[in-house]
Amino acid sequence: MNFWEYLDSRRERLQFETWQHASMVFQCVLAALVLGLLIGLAVYRSGRLSAVATSTAGVIFTVPSLALLGLLITPLGLGVAPSVVALTLYSLLPIVRNTIVGLAGVDRTLVDAARGIGMTRTAILLRVELPLAWPVILTGVRVSTQLAMGIGAIAAYVSGPGLGEQIFSGLARLGGANAINMTLAGTVLIIILALLFDGCFVLIGRLTTPRGVRV
Amino acid sequence: MSDGGAREAGGAREAGGPATAAEDDGAGRGGIRLINVTKRYPGQGTPAVDDVTMTIRSGEIVVLLGPSGSGKTTMMRLINRLIEPTSGKIIVAGQDAMGLDPTELRRHIGYVIQNAGLFPHMTVATNVGLVPQMLKWDKKRIAERVDELLELVDLDPAQYRDRYPRELSGGQQQRVGVARALGADPPAMLMDEPFGALDPITRGNLQDSLLRLQEELGKTIVFVTHDIDEALKLGDRIAILDKGSRVAQYATPQEILLNPADAYVEQFLGGGQAMRLLQFSRVADVPLQDVPRARTGDDAADVRRRIEDSEIGFAIVLDERDRPVRWAHPEDVEGVSGPIGERGMAVAPPIRARDTLQQALETLIQIEHEWVPVVGPRGVYRGTVTLGTLQNAIKDMKDRARTRRRPS
Repeated sequence: MNFWEYLDSRRERLQFETWQHASMVFQCVLAALVLGLLIGLAVYRSGRLSAVATSTAGVIFTVPSLALLGLLITPLGLGVAPSVVALTLYSLLPIVRNTIVGLAGVDRTLVDAARGIGMTRTAILLRVELPLAWPVILTGVRVSTQLAMGIGAIAAYVSGPGLGEQIFSGLARLGGANAINMTLAGTVLIIILALLFDGCFVLIGRLTTPRGVRV
Repeated sequence: MSDGGAREAGGAREAGGPATAAEDDGAGRGGIRLINVTKRYPGQGTPAVDDVTMTIRSGEIVVLLGPSGSGKTTMMRLINRLIEPTSGKIIVAGQDAMGLDPTELRRHIGYVIQNAGLFPHMTVATNVGLVPQMLKWDKKRIAERVDELLELVDLDPAQYRDRYPRELSGGQQQRVGVARALGADPPAMLMDEPFGALDPITRGNLQDSLLRLQEELGKTIVFVTHDIDEALKLGDRIAILDKGSRVAQYATPQEILLNPADAYVEQFLGGGQAMRLLQFSRVADVPLQDVPRARTGDDAADVRRRIEDSEIGFAIVLDERDRPVRWAHPEDVEGVSGPIGERGMAVAPPIRARDTLQQALETLIQIEHEWVPVVGPRGVYRGTVTLGTLQNAIKDMKDRARTRRRPS
């Protein structure tokens, strides 16, 4: 069976796993975005807290994904739970870091001007700081998404959902029938998904960045 | 403003003139008063602003002038509570600023900073409409107000409304900045070195625009700068600040130039006061020479008599709209009977009353006539100047200043 025949014969399963993968990545990055924004907003005003938040996220980042997934089996068992937790944690770093960098990078004189004309704290955050930091934050989300695509494949190690299943099964029976096809199918589909997501981000970026600050 | 207040300012930090002492607060409806205001930052030995009392009268441009570190910006920011005073009282447009919600207070005090501080992600219209929007005006009223404000600062609404700040030049951005500050028609406006980052030509233009705008609107403006010439040009009154916001002198530009309160002020002016007087006084402010007048229809003998009766030795001939046209000397009308008509020598192009003394001097030096007529609006004759007139005017100002300096 060549690659195309394999794809054809497993169409339904592959479609399901691709959908699962995409959905997992999307939800985890979304969760990471909400968490990351909250963390970023909580700490960006203080240099020390910013450093603590960034380095903590950095430490999590250095833990090998396989090890983290393995360690999460004990408290969370197998399947969706450890996969989602691990993926969200990994996605946090770029988002937290870019949120902090983006908010800290907003010109202080603009914040001063906003206060000076009588904007409230909340209005300054929502109407000035976040919109101006948004392109940087969005870049963080984009990096997180690419990251989550790859690490998502390893979730299959703890019986997580997604295309990792193809890759792991293929590698496990290397030499057997369709082993290469399975690995290849998982890999190629993840790459296609990653490209699609990235395309979406370019579009979102264009739609959500006002003309006045577009590069 | 009495000179008494100005002189005391050096020692006692009482810088509001006699009005501060009186029952009437002296600030007027839109005025601003600082009363014993002190700002002390924790961990700093000397206060940034030390027990300052100052009255800024309604409708005046008051310039806070001083070197960096003199606390002039701090003093300005106390007024809209961007910096909270450690002690003292601040009254804006008759209301105790400390008793108001700071954001509400700021919406009713215009705020203009260097480089305009426009929000780059918002259009010009959104920027200008921010304060009305925060005050919950309806959309139509905001749109009308935005157009009105853009016109006020000489920007065509149709052309600029939908642009983003980065699509404008520095000078245009600052115009929008001023429009934004005027959003809800506040009685007072704070301007923190607004023209500091602009090139000299643009800066000059914007200063002129501000003066024109002020003529129309009559806001109470607190203007911070370290540029003495800008201060002299714009200020109805100038407060020269030393360290700790000590008000070294608070007086009109002329008063400061003629009668510096102390060595610090003198050093800050850095000489050249006479030239600056020329630069910042207007022809309209000096006494002009009166010359016998005549009209083209006047009888020659009559005109000759008028010339003989005065010490000047000639007359100025005006047309039917009181515009100066010719000089008539006795020899021009000698032996003529009937109207003087077209006789005499054409006058030099007149000097306008709103020109500065410097411009007048320039004209007088370059022109071949010794006598030059001065005209008011629509070219109406006001009087005549010579180099001597200007010289006397400057001397007079100095004399007056000197007698004032001596306690009576």
